[in-house]
Amino acid sequence: MKHINEMTLTIKAMSQNESFARSVVAAFCVPLNPTIEQINDIKTAVSEAVTNAIVHAYEYKGGDIVIWAGLSEKALHIKISDTGKGINNVDEALQPFYTTKPEEERSGMGFTVMQTFCDKVQVESSVGKGTTVTLYKDLQQRSERFDA
Amino acid sequence: MNISTRVENNFLVLYLDGELDEATAAGVREAMDNCLMTTNSLEVVVDLTGLTFMDSTGIGVLIGRFKKLKGTGKRLYVRNPSRSVDKIFQMAGLYNILPLVGA
Repeated sequence: MKHINEMTLTIKAMSQNESFARSVVAAFCVPLNPTIEQINDIKTAVSEAVTNAIVHAYEYKGGDIVIWAGLSEKALHIKISDTGKGINNVDEALQPFYTTKPEEERSGMGFTVMQTFCDKVQVESSVGKGTTVTLYKDLQQRSERFDA
Repeated sequence: MNISTRVENNFLVLYLDGELDEATAAGVREAMDNCLMTTNSLEVVVDLTGLTFMDSTGIGVLIGRFKKLKGTGKRLYVRNPSRSVDKIFQMAGLYNILPLVGA
Protein backbone atom coordinates (compact mmCIF):
# COMPACT_ATOMS: atom_id res chain seq x y z
CA MET A 1 0.00 0.00 0.00
CA LYS A 2 1.47 3.33 -1.06
CA HIS A 3 1.24 6.01 1.60
CA ILE A 4 0.89 9.67 0.75
CA ASN A 5 1.87 10.69 4.26
CA GLU A 6 3.33 9.05 7.35
CA MET A 7 3.97 10.01 10.95
CA THR A 8 5.70 8.47 13.95
CA LEU A 9 5.01 9.47 17.52
CA THR A 10 6.79 8.10 20.59
CA ILE A 11 5.10 8.59 23.94
CA LYS A 12 5.79 7.47 27.46
CA ALA A 13 3.43 4.74 28.66
CA MET A 14 1.44 7.04 30.92
CA SER A 15 -2.33 7.28 30.98
CA GLN A 16 -2.11 11.08 30.73
CA ASN A 17 -0.77 10.59 27.18
CA GLU A 18 -3.76 8.61 25.92
CA SER A 19 -5.87 11.60 25.03
CA PHE A 20 -2.93 13.25 23.26
CA ALA A 21 -2.12 10.08 21.28
CA ARG A 22 -5.65 9.49 20.01
CA SER A 23 -6.10 13.17 19.15
CA VAL A 24 -2.85 13.24 17.14
CA VAL A 25 -3.81 10.19 15.07
CA ALA A 26 -7.32 11.55 14.52
CA ALA A 27 -5.91 14.90 13.37
CA PHE A 28 -3.45 13.13 11.05
CA CYS A 29 -6.24 11.55 8.98
CA VAL A 30 -8.20 14.80 8.51
CA PRO A 31 -6.88 15.29 4.92
CA LEU A 32 -9.05 12.31 3.90
CA ASN A 33 -12.10 14.19 5.16
CA PRO A 34 -13.36 11.53 7.55
CA THR A 35 -16.81 11.70 9.13
CA ILE A 36 -17.17 12.53 12.82
CA GLU A 37 -18.07 8.87 13.39
CA GLN A 38 -14.91 7.68 11.65
CA ILE A 39 -12.80 10.08 13.71
CA ASN A 40 -14.42 8.81 16.90
CA ASP A 41 -13.83 5.20 15.80
CA ILE A 42 -10.14 5.91 15.23
CA LYS A 43 -9.76 7.73 18.55
CA THR A 44 -11.41 4.87 20.42
CA ALA A 45 -9.34 2.14 18.75
CA VAL A 46 -6.07 4.02 19.36
CA SER A 47 -7.05 4.58 22.97
CA GLU A 48 -7.62 0.84 23.44
CA ALA A 49 -4.24 -0.13 22.01
CA VAL A 50 -2.41 2.51 24.06
CA THR A 51 -4.25 1.45 27.22
CA ASN A 52 -3.24 -2.17 26.61
CA ALA A 53 0.40 -1.12 26.37
CA ILE A 54 0.24 0.92 29.59
CA VAL A 55 -1.75 -1.58 31.64
CA HIS A 56 -0.78 -4.99 30.29
CA ALA A 57 2.50 -4.67 28.40
CA TYR A 58 4.27 -2.42 30.90
CA GLU A 59 1.98 -3.05 33.90
CA TYR A 60 2.06 0.64 34.88
CA LYS A 61 5.86 0.62 35.17
CA GLY A 62 6.37 2.81 32.12
CA GLY A 63 8.20 2.37 28.84
CA ASP A 64 7.93 3.71 25.32
CA ILE A 65 4.95 3.34 23.01
CA VAL A 66 5.63 3.98 19.34
CA ILE A 67 2.69 4.99 17.18
CA TRP A 68 3.18 4.96 13.44
CA ALA A 69 0.42 6.03 11.06
CA GLY A 70 0.31 5.93 7.29
CA LEU A 71 -2.26 7.59 5.11
CA SER A 72 -3.07 6.22 1.67
CA GLU A 73 -5.56 7.82 -0.69
CA LYS A 74 -8.41 5.93 0.90
CA ALA A 75 -7.37 4.51 4.27
CA LEU A 76 -5.50 4.95 7.50
CA HIS A 77 -2.99 2.38 8.74
CA ILE A 78 -1.84 2.53 12.35
CA LYS A 79 0.82 0.49 14.14
CA ILE A 80 1.06 0.77 17.91
CA SER A 81 4.10 -0.96 19.37
CA ASP A 82 5.52 -1.58 22.80
CA THR A 83 8.52 -3.50 24.11
CA GLY A 84 6.72 -4.82 27.16
CA LYS A 85 6.00 -8.32 28.43
CA GLY A 86 4.15 -9.58 25.36
CA ILE A 87 1.03 -11.74 25.12
CA ASN A 88 1.18 -15.47 25.87
CA ASN A 89 -1.82 -16.45 23.79
CA VAL A 90 -3.04 -13.88 21.28
CA ASP A 91 -6.13 -15.88 20.25
CA GLU A 92 -7.24 -16.01 23.88
CA ALA A 93 -6.55 -12.31 24.39
CA LEU A 94 -8.76 -11.48 21.40
CA GLN A 95 -11.80 -13.15 22.97
CA PRO A 96 -14.48 -10.74 24.24
CA PHE A 97 -14.44 -10.26 28.03
CA TYR A 98 -11.08 -12.00 28.38
CA THR A 99 -8.92 -10.17 30.91
CA THR A 100 -5.92 -11.03 33.04
CA LYS A 101 -6.87 -8.29 35.51
CA PRO A 102 -10.49 -8.85 36.56
CA GLU A 103 -9.70 -7.50 40.04
CA GLU A 104 -9.11 -4.09 38.45
CA GLU A 105 -12.58 -3.94 36.92
CA ARG A 106 -11.12 -4.48 33.46
CA SER A 107 -13.85 -5.22 30.94
CA GLY A 108 -11.73 -7.40 28.66
CA MET A 109 -13.27 -5.62 25.68
CA GLY A 110 -10.24 -3.74 24.37
CA PHE A 111 -9.51 -5.88 21.32
CA THR A 112 -13.23 -6.33 20.65
CA VAL A 113 -13.61 -2.54 20.53
CA MET A 114 -10.68 -2.30 18.10
CA GLN A 115 -12.23 -5.00 15.90
CA THR A 116 -15.62 -3.28 15.99
CA PHE A 117 -14.31 0.20 15.25
CA CYS A 118 -11.71 -0.69 12.60
CA ASP A 119 -11.91 -2.68 9.38
CA LYS A 120 -8.90 -4.88 10.15
CA VAL A 121 -6.95 -5.60 13.33
CA GLN A 122 -3.75 -7.61 13.52
CA VAL A 123 -1.83 -8.46 16.68
CA GLU A 124 1.77 -9.66 16.66
CA SER A 125 3.34 -10.44 19.99
CA SER A 126 6.42 -12.11 21.38
CA VAL A 127 6.68 -12.93 25.07
CA GLY A 128 9.37 -10.81 26.71
CA LYS A 129 9.84 -8.67 23.60
CA GLY A 130 6.62 -6.79 23.04
CA THR A 131 3.49 -6.37 20.99
CA THR A 132 2.51 -4.55 17.81
CA VAL A 133 -1.14 -3.88 17.07
CA THR A 134 -1.92 -2.95 13.46
CA LEU A 135 -5.19 -1.19 12.73
CA TYR A 136 -6.69 -0.47 9.31
CA LYS A 137 -9.55 1.94 8.80
CA ASP A 138 -11.13 2.42 5.39
CA LEU A 139 -12.03 6.10 5.03
CA GLN A 140 -13.32 5.90 1.46
CA GLN A 141 -16.71 4.35 2.26
CA ARG A 142 -18.06 7.66 3.44
CA SER A 143 -16.78 9.61 0.42
CA GLU A 144 -18.47 7.21 -1.99
CA ARG A 145 -21.73 7.51 -0.09
CA PHE A 146 -21.65 11.27 -0.24
CA ASP A 147 -20.53 11.45 -3.87
CA ALA A 148 -23.29 9.10 -5.07
CA MET B 1 -13.57 14.72 34.12
CA ASN B 2 -16.07 16.63 36.22
CA ILE B 3 -18.86 14.89 38.14
CA SER B 4 -21.80 16.74 39.60
CA THR B 5 -25.18 15.68 40.99
CA ARG B 6 -28.68 17.03 41.13
CA VAL B 7 -31.94 15.65 42.50
CA GLU B 8 -34.71 15.59 39.89
CA ASN B 9 -38.16 14.16 40.74
CA ASN B 10 -36.82 11.82 43.45
CA PHE B 11 -34.02 10.59 41.15
CA LEU B 12 -30.41 11.36 41.86
CA VAL B 13 -28.90 12.47 38.56
CA LEU B 14 -25.16 12.13 38.22
CA TYR B 15 -23.61 14.18 35.42
CA LEU B 16 -20.36 12.98 33.82
CA ASP B 17 -18.58 15.77 31.94
CA GLY B 18 -15.35 15.05 30.09
CA GLU B 19 -13.54 11.92 28.93
CA LEU B 20 -13.69 8.49 30.59
CA ASP B 21 -10.52 6.54 29.90
CA GLU B 22 -7.58 5.05 31.80
CA ALA B 23 -6.40 8.51 32.85
CA THR B 24 -9.69 9.47 34.51
CA ALA B 25 -11.10 6.07 35.55
CA ALA B 26 -9.83 6.03 39.15
CA GLY B 27 -11.27 9.47 39.88
CA VAL B 28 -14.61 8.61 38.28
CA ARG B 29 -14.78 5.35 40.21
CA GLU B 30 -14.17 7.11 43.53
CA ALA B 31 -16.53 10.01 42.85
CA MET B 32 -19.32 7.73 41.65
CA ASP B 33 -18.93 5.44 44.65
CA ASN B 34 -19.13 8.41 47.02
CA CYS B 35 -22.39 9.53 45.39
CA LEU B 36 -23.93 6.08 45.04
CA MET B 37 -23.15 4.83 48.52
CA THR B 38 -24.29 7.97 50.35
CA THR B 39 -27.46 8.79 48.44
CA ASN B 40 -30.86 7.79 49.76
CA SER B 41 -32.27 7.67 46.23
CA LEU B 42 -32.99 4.15 45.06
CA GLU B 43 -32.83 5.11 41.43
CA VAL B 44 -29.79 6.91 40.07
CA VAL B 45 -29.56 8.25 36.54
CA VAL B 46 -26.13 8.80 35.00
CA ASP B 47 -26.46 11.67 32.54
CA LEU B 48 -23.97 11.19 29.70
CA THR B 49 -24.70 14.40 27.81
CA GLY B 50 -21.27 15.82 28.64
CA LEU B 51 -19.33 12.57 28.23
CA THR B 52 -17.28 13.34 25.13
CA PHE B 53 -15.25 10.12 25.02
CA MET B 54 -15.38 6.64 26.51
CA ASP B 55 -13.41 3.50 25.76
CA SER B 56 -13.47 -0.02 27.23
CA THR B 57 -11.94 1.23 30.48
CA GLY B 58 -15.24 3.07 30.95
CA ILE B 59 -17.14 -0.16 30.36
CA GLY B 60 -15.24 -1.71 33.26
CA VAL B 61 -15.91 1.30 35.50
CA LEU B 62 -19.66 1.22 34.83
CA ILE B 63 -19.99 -2.56 35.20
CA GLY B 64 -18.05 -2.23 38.46
CA ARG B 65 -20.54 0.35 39.79
CA PHE B 66 -23.43 -1.89 38.75
CA LYS B 67 -21.91 -4.78 40.70
CA LYS B 68 -21.32 -2.61 43.77
CA LEU B 69 -24.98 -1.64 43.88
CA LYS B 70 -26.15 -5.26 43.86
CA GLY B 71 -27.99 -6.04 47.06
CA THR B 72 -28.40 -2.37 48.01
CA GLY B 73 -31.79 -2.02 46.34
CA LYS B 74 -30.43 0.85 44.26
CA ARG B 75 -30.64 0.86 40.48
CA LEU B 76 -28.53 2.63 37.93
CA TYR B 77 -29.77 4.04 34.63
CA VAL B 78 -28.16 6.10 31.87
CA ARG B 79 -29.44 8.83 29.59
CA ASN B 80 -28.34 11.01 26.68
CA PRO B 81 -25.28 9.14 25.37
CA SER B 82 -23.51 10.66 22.37
CA ARG B 83 -23.41 8.59 19.19
CA SER B 84 -19.92 7.30 19.91
CA VAL B 85 -20.70 6.45 23.55
CA ASP B 86 -23.93 4.77 22.41
CA LYS B 87 -21.88 2.63 20.01
CA ILE B 88 -19.71 1.41 22.91
CA PHE B 89 -22.79 0.71 25.05
CA GLN B 90 -24.49 -1.25 22.27
CA MET B 91 -21.38 -3.24 21.41
CA ALA B 92 -20.82 -4.26 25.05
CA GLY B 93 -24.49 -4.91 25.78
CA LEU B 94 -24.31 -2.35 28.60
CA TYR B 95 -27.95 -1.29 28.24
CA ASN B 96 -28.94 -4.73 29.55
CA ILE B 97 -27.61 -3.84 32.99
CA LEU B 98 -27.75 -0.04 32.79
CA PRO B 99 -31.07 0.67 31.07
CA LEU B 100 -31.38 3.74 28.86
CA VAL B 101 -34.02 6.21 30.01
CA GLY B 102 -35.37 9.33 28.33
CA ALA B 103 -34.12 12.82 29.13
